[in-house]
Amino acid sequence: MAAQTDIQQAHVEAVPIGKWIVPVLAGWIVPGGGHFIQKKTGRGILLFASVTLMFLFGMFMRGMMFTPEKGDALTTVINYGGFLCDMANGALYFAAAMFGYAQPDAAGAVHDYGTKFLVTAGLLNILAMVDAYEIAAGRKD
Amino acid sequence: MPKINLSHFEAAFLFSLFASVVMGITSKKTDTERRNYAAYCFGCFLVALFGISWIMKLGHG
Repeated sequence: MAAQTDIQQAHVEAVPIGKWIVPVLAGWIVPGGGHFIQKKTGRGILLFASVTLMFLFGMFMRGMMFTPEKGDALTTVINYGGFLCDMANGALYFAAAMFGYAQPDAAGAVHDYGTKFLVTAGLLNILAMVDAYEIAAGRKD
Repeated sequence: MPKINLSHFEAAFLFSLFASVVMGITSKKTDTERRNYAAYCFGCFLVALFGISWIMKLGHG
């Protein structure tokens, strides 16, 4: 019983912010950056390649970037959620926005795939950031 | 900026590939486990892709 309590306490023990904030922010700005900083180069390269290629394919298919717009509940959730996921691409998103990428929502399967690619690239980058956090916290090799 | 027109299969294949690589890396703790899990995810994506495609084709007659 006591051992179980110790395990539970170990699980909820907070990791100091100074230990993980740099890898997580680096992972947000550059996909795989959190892994590069922590000398996990192989994994960093694969993450960088996967997220970046997915984002680029999304742009080449003229996917739409979400903007935070309000409407009915579903529209608000989709637009804000999509916007946050697009933002999770970090420097890729900001560079695209800076160079004026603003594809309007258009009908067609290819555009639709492009939009999904852009959003999913952001979601995959969030997974990579969580992985960088776990490495920094010592929970993973 | 180039513009590409991928087919449904090509787009879904690329989606599966990139997602599987990231899921494999982030979900497991050893390289062997990561490789196996990425391959497993990729296989599941493809099975779902072909399965759902056939269901839609048969459903439409």
